Amino acid sequence: MFDSLSGRFDAIFTRMRGRGRLSDADIDEIAREIRLALLEADVNVRVVKDFISRIKERATGAEVAKSLTPAQQVIKIVHEELVATLGSTTVKLTMNPKPPTVVMLSGLQGSGKTTAAAKLARLLKSQGLQPLLVAADLQRPAAVEQLRVLGKRIDVPVFYAKEGSPQNAVDVALSAFDEAARLGRNVMIVDTAGRLQIDEALMDELVAVRDIVKPTNSLLVVDAMTGQEAVNIAVAFDQAIGLDGVILTKIDGDARGGAALSVKAVVGKPIIYVGTGETLEDFEPFHPDRMASRILGMGDVLSLIEKAEAAFSAEDAQAAEEKMRSGQFTLDDFLDQMQQVRKMGPIGNIMKMLPGVPKELKGAEVDESQLGRVEAIIRSMTAQERRDPSVINGSRRSRIAKGSGTSTQEVNALLKQFKTVQQMMKSMSQGKKPRLPIPGMPIR
Amino acid sequence: MSNLLPVLIVALVIALVAAVAVIGYRIALARRSQSTLLAPALLPNLAEEQVEDADGGLDSKSVIEDVLEEATKAEATRPDPLRLRDRLGRTRAAFAGALAGVSGRSSMDDDAWESLEEALISADVGVSTATRLVEAVRASAKTAKIKDGSEVEGLLRREIALLLSPADRTLQMAVSGPTVWMFVGVNGVGKTTTIAKLATREGAAGRHVVLAAADTFRAAAAEQLGIWAERSGATLVRGDEGADPGSVVFNAMASANSRGADLVLVDTAGRLHTKVNLMEELKKLRRIVDKTPDALTEVILVLDATTGQNGLTQAREFAAAVEVTGVALTKLDGTAKGGIVLAIQSELGIPVKIVGVGEGPEDLIPFDPEEFAAALFGE
Repeated sequence: MFDSLSGRFDAIFTRMRGRGRLSDADIDEIAREIRLALLEADVNVRVVKDFISRIKERATGAEVAKSLTPAQQVIKIVHEELVATLGSTTVKLTMNPKPPTVVMLSGLQGSGKTTAAAKLARLLKSQGLQPLLVAADLQRPAAVEQLRVLGKRIDVPVFYAKEGSPQNAVDVALSAFDEAARLGRNVMIVDTAGRLQIDEALMDELVAVRDIVKPTNSLLVVDAMTGQEAVNIAVAFDQAIGLDGVILTKIDGDARGGAALSVKAVVGKPIIYVGTGETLEDFEPFHPDRMASRILGMGDVLSLIEKAEAAFSAEDAQAAEEKMRSGQFTLDDFLDQMQQVRKMGPIGNIMKMLPGVPKELKGAEVDESQLGRVEAIIRSMTAQERRDPSVINGSRRSRIAKGSGTSTQEVNALLKQFKTVQQMMKSMSQGKKPRLPIPGMPIR
Repeated sequence: MSNLLPVLIVALVIALVAAVAVIGYRIALARRSQSTLLAPALLPNLAEEQVEDADGGLDSKSVIEDVLEEATKAEATRPDPLRLRDRLGRTRAAFAGALAGVSGRSSMDDDAWESLEEALISADVGVSTATRLVEAVRASAKTAKIKDGSEVEGLLRREIALLLSPADRTLQMAVSGPTVWMFVGVNGVGKTTTIAKLATREGAAGRHVVLAAADTFRAAAAEQLGIWAERSGATLVRGDEGADPGSVVFNAMASANSRGADLVLVDTAGRLHTKVNLMEELKKLRRIVDKTPDALTEVILVLDATTGQNGLTQAREFAAAVEVTGVALTKLDGTAKGGIVLAIQSELGIPVKIVGVGEGPEDLIPFDPEEFAAALFGE
């Protein structure tokens, strides 16, 4: 989501890299560019002002003047300040020593509370907890139904007001405790109705629900696309019910997510989770340091490693390493790896996490269905051809093209690419920095 | 070359990921001893989910009744509908506060101009539009030799009015046969609620309305629309959850034609404009509607008033995919200022056609640019 922001910073710092030292005018220009970038990313005006003054102060200070690479030093400062603004550490949910732990979700309409509730339940369940979803949104038509369907999908019980019982959020919250005790659930996730922070009646209801459930964690759900208003929302909810943290949703879009920066800076409440996609698995703890790296285009290797760990078994990884080192990486392995990588999610998302990937490629739309063609080509080869592509001559080529429904040009291109990949792997396993020798690869 | 790009990318990604996996494996070995990592199963078992959905037939009828009753109660306590100006009262207050600092000044220095610009940015107008507005005002203030802060306010209002210059904001009807209005937007902006309000309004005006529940993705989206159909007397056409939205649209068109309905409102699933496949799906829905020539008169982008600068990108992408004809600005009853509509109209020429200010069916008002601009300046 921070692509454009890192894109802006990229442009500034690329220019800076060419300079030996920074004049006051340089620093002013950098500050102006950073200000613009942050404002365009919807970071709150006040937060931007503070941020810029801190950057300016430090950039004119001794640490930069003494540095041999002032540009690098400024990047470091911006990175540090971004981390500081986003919250320095990863914050976890507070667990109640006397179960159940209660997580109450609140926010505006459409911020994604119901979906976040189900995603959180799924995540906690995978960590060995026994969550209970509580449907206390009795305002939006069919909100209860939505939660019930989602609960069924992740196999987590949902407590809701049955027909004939009182249909109000406070009563639902009250009886939810009995249900949690009855089912032996140790975490209660309370989904409340969306409300505007100025709607007094609904805010009063929220306060009443809070007084009953006494949340261990009161979390505000904020849409990553929110503009300058994010701060007002967070302040109002914090004043009304008291917040412990924030869930930032829909960060898989291209919103630059200035809301994330603003909320932490102004309200002082950490972002605890982020919603990263359409399916119920797309929900992760928030890592400020990683996010700051992403903003600066430094990649997000840690998240990538975690994803890779989940997709590759230890044996797979070891086998891959051996194959790479010995240079015996065949088309079969290529196919195998491709499938493993696709397990890690859309290629485009993975690209964003990789460090040092050229901007042009990061922006490139990867049509996943095209990967099917690559797969088809390899699958149309014989075992021998896959082991040793050098045997592929003209007639084999046209056979493969026909078999896979592609053209000989495409087969040729794949073989050529594969050869360079082989070389790259070999040089990487020998500890050399890959030179990205792929023809036609745009390199800055 | 376009066919080859994926190969290229995949090759690079695989190489790097393989390396990362190896590193990760080593790191994991090193730290596995000290901590149990949360290892979420990343790959959803989709097939399993589908099966569960299929036999997870909840008793939607009774749910509908429950919710219906509850919602009716909520409606009864609702205050009288307000006009845009009243609704914008809070917006106005915030904006006036920012401007007050300027209007009190007897001369405009750089700081004053900057705070004017910041006030606009705070209203989500966006940096470039704000800068352009302030520069235009600054230039005319110079020519007219205006130094007084309060007069500057008048100039700024005129500039905003210019920016929102007359546009056709009526929702068009087809010349003959059923009219189709399609609603698109990202998740959670209020598409279904906006449609519900329009269905109520148009139904009350004596039109036979068909609601096409083409959001087959979000759980219970069709139920939500169904409740509104019941309330407004509209006909609901829906499919099962996970069904092809194209088939829903097709059936809705067939149903509207055979019943001689006046208006079909198509509710689509919320989608981020960055999801290529989902945008393709949207294009397909439009093609299905377009099979009935000239029926589709409006493609409305629903936009949340709290949306920041991403709103402009959303408008651009949805317009490129399905030729958006207008914007519905929702949730304008908070303190959000909806300033992004200035940028959308000035840069893309897409006018706001509807404003949503609450949850009741009557809370739908046409967008009046004069009133919008005036409201911003406390008149």
